[in-house]
This record gives sequence, structure tokens and C-alpha cells, in this order.
Amino acid sequence: MDTVALSAYLGAGLCMGLGAIGAGIGEGLTGGDAARSMDRQPAVSSRLMRNMLIGQAVAESASIFALVVSMLLIFGDYSSPTSPGPAALIGAGLCMGLGALGSGLGGGMAAAEAMMGVGRNPGAERRVTSVMLIGQAVAQTPSIFSFVVSLLLIFGGAETANPIKESALLMSGVAMGFGAIGSGAGSGISAGRASDGTSKRPAAYSKLISTMLVGQAVAQTPAVFALMVSLLLIFVPDTVSVTLSSLAAVIGCGISVGVGGIGPGIGAGFAAAEAASAVAKNPLKETLFVRTMLTGQAVAQSTAIYALVIALVLLRLI
Amino acid sequence: MFDQITGSELIRAFALLGAGLCMGFGAIGPGIGEGFAAGKACEGISRSPEHANLLTRTMLVGQAVSESTGIYSLVVALLLIFVV
Repeated sequence: MDTVALSAYLGAGLCMGLGAIGAGIGEGLTGGDAARSMDRQPAVSSRLMRNMLIGQAVAESASIFALVVSMLLIFGDYSSPTSPGPAALIGAGLCMGLGALGSGLGGGMAAAEAMMGVGRNPGAERRVTSVMLIGQAVAQTPSIFSFVVSLLLIFGGAETANPIKESALLMSGVAMGFGAIGSGAGSGISAGRASDGTSKRPAAYSKLISTMLVGQAVAQTPAVFALMVSLLLIFVPDTVSVTLSSLAAVIGCGISVGVGGIGPGIGAGFAAAEAASAVAKNPLKETLFVRTMLTGQAVAQSTAIYALVIALVLLRLI
Repeated sequence: MFDQITGSELIRAFALLGAGLCMGFGAIGPGIGEGFAAGKACEGISRSPEHANLLTRTMLVGQAVSESTGIYSLVVALLLIFVV
């Protein structure tokens, strides 16, 4: 039985199946809000339609990465001796599938709020659209991290005989996939609220962009932690000792940093979203809001740091 | 693959697996909850900036309580790694 091809096909299915969820929901939200906005302001329907398609196209990119990874998995050459093993291929699929969830959802949520904003204040369309695009671009970063890790897993070289090394490859995909969810969704939530704020107060446009970007940068930390641990897992040496506790440590390490990053990413995004609405209401107090946001986000990030510490301790025990 | 697994080796392995599960899932709630608190504090300060200190203090107290479950997860994970 050709287990390598079998796992590549399983990975491809998981990748595209999971990868379609976020963008599907997100773009649906965008479409819904575009329709609501058109209902209120039929005169700007064509501008809303154009903005909707731009916003949806960016949100779609996460699931396009998932499509590319599935295709690579389906059409790979698994008869050559340099072909990666089953664990790496399933890991690559899970990594990109899960990694597209947050960015797709977040990108769609950002575009949805921008639709309501353009409908409310069609004169601020250009500014709302640019805030949306900048915010969406940051929300796509976690899915790009996932894409990179998937490619490293697919093209990372031949299967080794060491089961712990192979499990580390699988878990590196799981860690990056889960770790991308919170940061993608959180950054999208804050981008949405910043776009909404821009439509209410277009003059505060540059302050809104800077508040949003500072907040999003903090919301990205869990994805960066996941990327770091995932690379450490990929580079676990082939000579690692084969014991049951090493296997458990590898699995625990990936789950800790990956799943542990979901909450802090979403939470930091919420904080950044409210800070952006506060700046829109009262741009003169920007520094006060950014300070409060950063204080709150720092506390919310602490759990991601605990998860990173536990993951690194477990990695040392391998 | 794992030829001679002893009872203590099995316990050790499950303790490490448990540590990862514990900290991973345990971090979700406090992360989202504390972010909510920070967001609502920003919202409150935007309404009445003169109460910024009071609101920041309240936010931090609320987050500290919310953080406690994250710290429980950390303590349990560390116990599983270093004590069990």
C-alpha cells in the first residue's frame, strides 16, 4: 500500500476543506453587509459592488494558498526516494488548512465593516478602502506564514526512519496552523473597526491607520511564536532518541503553542478594534487610547507567552 | 518502535502530553477575555477620558482575575512537566 500518496491525498482534502471555511464565512459577511448598505444607499450601489469585490478578493487569498497546497499535494511525485513521508504531507495540509481559517474570516470581517462604512459616508470611500486594504494585508500575514511552513514540509526532503522526527514534522504543521487562527481573525476585527471609524471621521484617517497597525502588530505575536516553534520542530535532528516521552513532548509542544495562540490573538484584536473606534470618536486623545490598548493587550498576550514557554520547555525534553 | 515501554515511561509521556494540552487550551479563554476587557476600557475612556486612571485600574483588576485561569494552566503544566 502506498501510504505516502494516501497521506498526501488526505492532507490535500483536509487542506482545502478547512481552508475554505474562513474565507467562505468572511466573504459571505462582506456580501451581506454590501447588500444592507445598498438597501440604505441605492445611489452608490456600483461603488459598493466594486469595493465588495476588492475586499473579497483579498479575503480569498488565504483560501487560494490552501488550493495551491492541495494541488501540490495531489500532483506531487511520491515514487522518488527524496519524497517526504506521510507525516510531513498531512502536516502540510493541516498547516495551510487551519492557517487559512483566521485570515479568511478576518479579511472578510474587515471588508464587511468597510461596506457599511462606504454606505454611511460615500464621500470617504477612498480612505475607507485604503484602511480596509492595509488592515486586510496585515490580517493575511498568518496565512502567509502557514503557506511557507507548508512548502517547507512538502519540499523539505526525504522521509527519515526516525518516528520522533516524523511526528515533529506533523506537529510543526499543526502548531503553525492553529497558531495562525487567532492572529488572522484578531487583525481582521481591528481592521474592520478602523474602516468603520474612518467612515465616521475621515479626517482622523492617518491616526486610525497608526492605531490599527500598532494594535495589529501585537495581535500578530501568537502567529510569530507559532512560526518560531514550528521551525524549531522542522529542524529537530534525525538522531533524536526514540522514546514515548519524546513523542508526547513533540505533540504537547505543537498543541501548546498552536492552540494557546488562538485566544490572545483574538483578544488583542478586540482591544485594537475598540481603540480604533475610540480614536475615531476623539482623535485628540489618541495617545491615551493607544496606551490603554497596549496595556490591555500586554496582559492578554501573557497567556500566549506561557504557552510559548511550555512549548519550549517540552521541546528541550525531546 | 517503542519496544520496552515501562509503566513509569508511560506515565511520563502522558504527563508531557497533558502539559501541552493543558497550556494550549487553557490559554484560549483568558486571551479572548482579557482582550474584551481591554477593548471595553478603551471604549469607556473614549466616553469619559477624565476617568482614564479609574478605568485602567478596573481593567487591570478584571484582567488579573481573568488571567488566573491562564496561570492555573501554567502551574498545572509545569507540575506535569517537572513534578509528576
